[in-house]
Amino acid sequence: MLVSLNWLNKYVDISHISPEELAERITKSGIEVERIEYIGEANPDVIVGYVESCEKHPNADKLKVCHVDIGQDETLQIVCGAPNVAKGQKVIVAKPGATLPGNIKIKKVTLRGVESNGMICSLQELGIDEKYIPSEYADGIYIFPDDVHVGERVESLLNLDDVVLEFDLTPNRADSLSMLGVAYEVAAILDQPLRLPEVSVNEIDEEAKHYVNVTVESTDLCSYYGAFIVKNVDIKPSPLWMQHFLMAAGIRPINNVVDITNYVLLEYGQPLHAFDYDRLNSKDILVRRAIEGEKIETLDNVERQLTNEDLVITNGKEPIALAGVMGGANTEVHDGTTNILLEAAYFDPGSVRKTVKKTGLRSEASTRFEKGVDPNRVRQAGVRACQLLEKYANAQVLKGVVEYDKLDRSEKTVVINTDNINKRLGSEMTSEEIAHILKKLRFDYEQENKEFTVHVPTRRGDITIFEDMLEEVARIYGYDHLPYTLPKHFSQVGALTNRQQLIRKLRTFLQGAGLMEARTYALTKEKYATRFLSPEIQAINPHPISVQKPMTEDHQYLRLSLIPELLKSVAYNKARNEYDLAFYELGNIFISKEEVITKQPAEELRLSGALTGEWVDHKWQGASKQVDFFVVKGILEGLFQYLQLPIEYKASKLPQMHPGRCATIYMNNEPIGFLGQIHPLVQKEMDLKETYVFDLNAEAILDAHTHHATYEPIPKYPSIERDVAFILDEDVLAGDVKSLIEKIGSPLVKAVHIFDVYSGEHLPKGKKSVAYNLVYQDPNKTLKDDEVDISFKDIIEQVNKTFDAYVRS
Amino acid sequence: MKEKLETIHKEAVAKIKDINDMKSLQELRVKYLGKKGSITSVLRGMGKLAKEERPIIGEMANKIRQAITSSIEEKQAKLEQEAMDKQLQEEVIDVTLPGRPIQVGGPHLLTHIVQEIEDLFIGMGFEVKEGPQVETDYYNFEALNLPQNHPARDMQDSFYITNELLLRTHTSPVQARTMNAYKGEKPVKMICPGVVYRRDHDDATHSHQFNQIEGLYVDKDVRMSDLKGILNLFAKKMFGEDREIRLRPSFFPFTEPSVEMDISCKVCSKKGCSVCKQTGWIEVLGGGMVHPRVLEMAGYDPKVYTGFAFGMGTDRIAMLKYGVNDIRQFYMNDKRFVTQYHQA
Repeated sequence: MLVSLNWLNKYVDISHISPEELAERITKSGIEVERIEYIGEANPDVIVGYVESCEKHPNADKLKVCHVDIGQDETLQIVCGAPNVAKGQKVIVAKPGATLPGNIKIKKVTLRGVESNGMICSLQELGIDEKYIPSEYADGIYIFPDDVHVGERVESLLNLDDVVLEFDLTPNRADSLSMLGVAYEVAAILDQPLRLPEVSVNEIDEEAKHYVNVTVESTDLCSYYGAFIVKNVDIKPSPLWMQHFLMAAGIRPINNVVDITNYVLLEYGQPLHAFDYDRLNSKDILVRRAIEGEKIETLDNVERQLTNEDLVITNGKEPIALAGVMGGANTEVHDGTTNILLEAAYFDPGSVRKTVKKTGLRSEASTRFEKGVDPNRVRQAGVRACQLLEKYANAQVLKGVVEYDKLDRSEKTVVINTDNINKRLGSEMTSEEIAHILKKLRFDYEQENKEFTVHVPTRRGDITIFEDMLEEVARIYGYDHLPYTLPKHFSQVGALTNRQQLIRKLRTFLQGAGLMEARTYALTKEKYATRFLSPEIQAINPHPISVQKPMTEDHQYLRLSLIPELLKSVAYNKARNEYDLAFYELGNIFISKEEVITKQPAEELRLSGALTGEWVDHKWQGASKQVDFFVVKGILEGLFQYLQLPIEYKASKLPQMHPGRCATIYMNNEPIGFLGQIHPLVQKEMDLKETYVFDLNAEAILDAHTHHATYEPIPKYPSIERDVAFILDEDVLAGDVKSLIEKIGSPLVKAVHIFDVYSGEHLPKGKKSVAYNLVYQDPNKTLKDDEVDISFKDIIEQVNKTFDAYVRS
Repeated sequence: MKEKLETIHKEAVAKIKDINDMKSLQELRVKYLGKKGSITSVLRGMGKLAKEERPIIGEMANKIRQAITSSIEEKQAKLEQEAMDKQLQEEVIDVTLPGRPIQVGGPHLLTHIVQEIEDLFIGMGFEVKEGPQVETDYYNFEALNLPQNHPARDMQDSFYITNELLLRTHTSPVQARTMNAYKGEKPVKMICPGVVYRRDHDDATHSHQFNQIEGLYVDKDVRMSDLKGILNLFAKKMFGEDREIRLRPSFFPFTEPSVEMDISCKVCSKKGCSVCKQTGWIEVLGGGMVHPRVLEMAGYDPKVYTGFAFGMGTDRIAMLKYGVNDIRQFYMNDKRFVTQYHQA
């Protein structure tokens, strides 16, 4: 809502307060003033001039030489290029010395040999936005009506001394979609008297009811329809002040009839519609739901197909307007219009909203109907328009209004009580203060001691319950004046749950291990939605979930893996010459088995990562370490050790992963994720270098972790170590050998470490050597060498037998 | 015998003086002081001496032994010192060379902010609650006093999945779910951080995915001044003790009265600048007293229980606090950006 302060000043005296201070007061009382716009600047050198003569320029076809009377001794000779300049006009003249918006300085100049002492101006040149300028002046200079005085400064004539406040209205404050509503608000805030317009019409004896019958068929969608008949209108431009108020409010002036309906719309917040009576071809107005498939050509010359949900105004046969949204082209007021049917109505907000949503025709009118207009202003607004038509269109207003009226104009009653108010706000207001606030708001009330029965005016449809009145009192009292307190009962102990604490520990561990936390989008493109699925997710055979109206294809499907978007981040960095990356992310994936989704999907927290480039950069201390499978595995092993979880890794071939460098991760024989290098072809496709990823079901990890650390006695007896290197076939897995050693060595073997892996020239082809370090320990006694020897020998025999291995000497 | 001992003494002192290495010094020690050394062999001849001379010679021999011992020790200390000096000299390193690098990780800036806010409210007795990101229309809207066709739904253009399911547009459904779970029987004191989604085009100030933190406190006798008190504490801890807060009336369907909170602009100290759009104030959060219908729908009797709720955009808070000027930075994971905030 754009609020002209010159206009507002007609209803409430704001002359004593600066626009900035007023904006601040309004903002603090609940309507945010987004912008303060000065329409123009004071400029004594821009005045009204009278074009005494206008001749063709001797040396230029498109220029004219004018002599302009500016009310001083001598006329000014001005060269003008505007196509519409002519003798006898009253125009805007910028004298030499004037500065126009855009810092344009007007000087005496010679144009093609003719002296020019100033400029005849268009409205654009005074800084007025072209879209609000009446169309006849859009391409040339502005021409005043005759009644302005030569030599007069133009600021007030053109409303250039106005300041406009732009309101950012919250949806509840439909009352402030009108100048009168704003006036009530400002009068309350400033505690000032209110000057409402005096509305009266000199109706002629002829009665409107002889010209029109009003019938409402869809009474659920229209509770009031009033038809005023206005005869012999003189279509012409509206008065300057009205044009300029409309322009300040962001509406382009058209002609007096259209301008008056718009003016009343802005003043009362009540949209009106003027039909050309003679084009109705009927005396009937019938308001009904459209018939399915029925058509109407609206004012914007678009033919629209209607449905049973749309409300239409008809002439008894065919639609002549889309109720509350837009009029029909065939009954539009035009230059030759003489008689008018003026509509003032109350349409159901929901119905208007539906039609607007469907047609996309949001207008000043529909915006107000959608939020609900003030029932007590509907008819009054029609009368106000008739008054203005009488005055500014020389029209005759017929007696009476033909109406259908089932409008509920009753006021809501809300009871408040001083103690209640203070209890809820924490304030210490007196009943007198509350009474004063109600007076400022101009709400009627009856008071009995501390109790107020408030009759909320219908313009404030947003106030229906005690809490609404509570806010109303509090905001006029001033939120600033409420004390700062802490809640009276403040007993509960706050703490993170075990799960939340563990998530923080996970983060701390991973960050300590050198990973940076990333955050990516949960909505991804279709192609990525089913990539890099962890085996246990793939096993469910999930159906990717699409949003109905994506903003872009890149963000359409809910992710089933964090990895594709993480890889996008890796590629984004690579494109910016950042090659060494180690990311982790904790985020949800969205799992649904339904092909057509009906239930909320399962949301599962995943812990994923992507690593590439140099792991540790040893610039001067020898070779740097590149990220490889074992860097990633090392981090995960560290994590699982930290969380004390039993984890196994098994080689696996997964889609999009390198078939020889990928492992599925198992906990208690259940897959919970995977790690590995992404497939070289995928790397190429996504423009990545060698990149490793991991993905874990964080829920499983969080659930499995027990939060009880129990004391285990520190071993008192020494341990004994044995080393052995086995020569194995290349395809024997070192981990399988290790598992066997652990199994056979139990319970004396406390730990098995692999400390060397070798294949090459000293070994037969197809063979490798893997060296194991075994740590023996008995918690209850000192182990003897021969005990260990027996076990060690047994292990070697079993390994040799099982894996066709032999000990490397 | 006396002479012999004196000769040994002189000879030993002279030799010790000339020695420059530990090995030779050890040899000398053996030669003079050892079991088969010179002094011992002299003393072996003691039996031939007269009885009264023996103690005199014995004492003399002991003195000489001690003298030689201390000379050797002195020399040994000197040699050790020299050896240590030499070793230290050889071990000099260039301390200005860089250290052996370790891989440094760190949290996302939003995680950092969330944890800071969580800890602040945990300190005031709040719990941290979570909820699903794919929500039902009921919890996202209806339970929050936003029935179908409510004009305020225009404010939130949403990613619907079906007519009944959508990506939550705010974290408020977690409030409704928590109140429902508590069945109107006990106070609620919670905050809920989380990811939310709106149908916005991504640009410097809009993101189709962003984060919110909301708070809810429902109990008997909760006053609007309590909301003011809590928010004031929060703002000062979060943005600095020197910042002022201002509450303005506003509108949200789930609170009545509703507020918006501004903090004074740090850049211009309320004088007005481009950061605060010339107003001197920066909007940081919205809130208000929980609407009685919301309480009622969640099973709380609004005549007995009252409460306040507030919510803020985590991304926005982070942008304000750390001067980040493009919200997309939070989701691009540009290393040059991410690493700036590891110590935040």
